[in-house]
Amino acid sequence: MARRNKQGATEINASSMADIAFLLLIFFLVTTTIDYDKGILHKLPPITDEPPENVQSNKRNTMVVLINSRDQLLVNNENVSVKKLRNRAKQFLNNKGRNPKWSISPDEAIISLQNDRGTSYGLYIQVQNELKAAYRELRDEYALKKYGNKFEDLKALAKESKLPRDQDKVKDVADAYPMRLSEAEPKAIGE
Amino acid sequence: MGKFTQKGKKGLPAISTASLPDIIFILLFFFMVVTVMRETELKVKNVLPKATELTKLENKELVSYIYVGKPTDQYVSKFGDAPRIQLNDKYASAKEIGAFVFAERAKLATADMRGAMVFALRIDEEVKMGIVTDVKYQLRKVNAFKINYSARPEEGAVTQGE
Repeated sequence: MARRNKQGATEINASSMADIAFLLLIFFLVTTTIDYDKGILHKLPPITDEPPENVQSNKRNTMVVLINSRDQLLVNNENVSVKKLRNRAKQFLNNKGRNPKWSISPDEAIISLQNDRGTSYGLYIQVQNELKAAYRELRDEYALKKYGNKFEDLKALAKESKLPRDQDKVKDVADAYPMRLSEAEPKAIGE
Repeated sequence: MGKFTQKGKKGLPAISTASLPDIIFILLFFFMVVTVMRETELKVKNVLPKATELTKLENKELVSYIYVGKPTDQYVSKFGDAPRIQLNDKYASAKEIGAFVFAERAKLATADMRGAMVFALRIDEEVKMGIVTDVKYQLRKVNAFKINYSARPEEGAVTQGE
């Protein structure tokens, strides 16, 4: 008793703490997979038996993008590379009747996409991405000009403030350039 | 003179390592928080394509994953190297997607949540569109219309709100 009092409580040696922490750290370092939970949002159309709308009648307002099984792109019967697709789509959508070959107005323009069962998924995503980007850029340009903000910022603003005034802005931009991407059933030539 | 010799004897004072465990602990906590344990073991090769127009999936509860890709090396001898669909922990045919969708919906409590479900398609970039089309067709058949093509962010990617 007397001896214990003299010495005080024995201290626990903490020098191995660092080693233990290191082991745990290495375990978590190894198991961590930084997951990208991001992607291109897409809405599938319901299955209907109705025949598709007559595309011939508004041929001018439709941009047809075909991808074959060799990953080649055909836009309105012209060979186009993926890099040029974005600008091509923007020109087509934002034509407003100027060029007689392209759309009359953005809210009537449709981009129709058809691929082959042999098309690679990588290219398909690239094409989807470029077309979505074309719409996004057009919406941004319009929103910047009219409201001084990008479309995404307008959306964030409307979400935060919940004011009908802000929500109307978002709706206005979205209605000026409605995203009309239609996908046809793929062909099965080169699977 | 004496002064100089004294200095030489002493040498550099040892750096205190007392704070080392604390630093390590901070790192440890960071990784513990960041780590997401994968629920399913991947049985297919899954290199996602790159894209810029990305939407972040906010509500993880509402997301179900469908994997498509070639079987990983350890399964090639058994299943061959044609691309396959993986649902949960096992390979599945396209026809099983319908049942999978209903099972995933049953996990959610309210009708609102079921309506907001998103199916994330984690598809290897080398896969051909044929199998992807089959997956999409099966999803449409059971009215699962909201999908998300999982992709890696490319340089200059813009993340969009839902």
